[in-house]
Amino acid sequence: MKPIVTFGMLIALCVSAAYADQDPIAARKALMKSNGAATKTLVGILKGAPFDLAAVQSALKVYVDSAAAAPALFPDSSKTGDTHALPAIWDNKADFEARFKKFGADASAALAAITDEASFKANAPGILKNCGSCHETYRAPLN
Amino acid sequence: MNRRRLPSALAAAALAVAAAGWALSAPAGLDPAIAEAVAQPGDAAAGRIVFYAGGCESCHMSPGLSDPLRLGGGQPLATPFGVFYPPNISPDPQSGIGAWSARDFAAALLDGVSPAGAHYYPVFPYTSYRLTRPQDVRDLFAFLKTLPAVQGRAPGIALGFPFNIRRALGIWKRLYAVDPPDWDATGPSDSWRLGRYLVEGPGHCVECHSPRNPLGGIAASARFQGGPLPDGKGKAPALTPVALKDWSKDDIAEALSSGVTPTGDSLGGAMAAVVRNTAQLPPSYRAAIAEYLKTPR
Repeated sequence: MKPIVTFGMLIALCVSAAYADQDPIAARKALMKSNGAATKTLVGILKGAPFDLAAVQSALKVYVDSAAAAPALFPDSSKTGDTHALPAIWDNKADFEARFKKFGADASAALAAITDEASFKANAPGILKNCGSCHETYRAPLN
Repeated sequence: MNRRRLPSALAAAALAVAAAGWALSAPAGLDPAIAEAVAQPGDAAAGRIVFYAGGCESCHMSPGLSDPLRLGGGQPLATPFGVFYPPNISPDPQSGIGAWSARDFAAALLDGVSPAGAHYYPVFPYTSYRLTRPQDVRDLFAFLKTLPAVQGRAPGIALGFPFNIRRALGIWKRLYAVDPPDWDATGPSDSWRLGRYLVEGPGHCVECHSPRNPLGGIAASARFQGGPLPDGKGKAPALTPVALKDWSKDDIAEALSSGVTPTGDSLGGAMAAVVRNTAQLPPSYRAAIAEYLKTPR
């Protein structure tokens, strides 16, 4: 993945962190968008794009940083507004935050374990399962 | 007509209508050839694939669990017609289908008729499942019998009038339950034919991804045009080639495997349960589904 794209994603993450206090909804949307970009990179390589260790590591780093930053972006004051976050999040805060912890831990473990294409193919699919686990119960349908 | 004869003429007419209604709403008997085919010994390993193609566990899994093989039923399914409770389909003889014959199972899946001869509500999507091949029905039955017995019947349903007139479903079926086409007759490739079978039959995609009329039926022209989810929260998008123009066949197959969309998003929501099933299928099955959905039809 081009360095400019990685750079852009990290900027987005930093910006979202900076705006967290003012607008957690906007910040978490930006965070999730950067997750999506990282996911596109990883899935692209799983589906046959040339293996690029630096790109994989950048993507996993985005996951690790997102997982750490995300819980703070769901304060009680942000339940309503232009958001698809479901009330279930605040009814199950402990479970919700635990899932981010697991996501971050999985991504960190993968960062350590992935050194080549073979270890990438073995470790990457498991991390992607984290996405569905939250998006099934904690996000409203998008349409 | 003579005014004094009118009441008895009306009574006779009403009786005739009632008799016709009774006859038209009678449960169909299972085709004898199918009954014979499903009674042969089934292949449970092949049946496991049918199980995941049909997504049985998404409705019939005991609530609160994550083991898709514990099929105690009871997970409430809210619809515009009332709340339904998918039954226990574990091999338990009292609470589940342990005492059923293969013929009973085929009549349920293909004709929507219970062993007692009563109609099932089409919340059980036999409108799609009736397209399942007899050998797949047979193999699925064999697989289900290998699963753990779960005790406890699911709650009974209590629908409002007139939806509580179960017999009337016989007429509904005449309107909305289609006969299977000749699966092997047409199509550009084996993969397309497999995809059509999976999508239109066990996969029952059309049941969520189509709008329904006030009777809960799906008009032929409305198939796959997208529609509200049964519980009213959210919408299942259209699955026509035009609606899927931003998705390649690979994108669709990937999403059915990992839930990841072309933009790196996660399908989430109600599709998460679907993906848990399609992820268990052979990759060629997911590719076949993608092939069929992307081909103009």
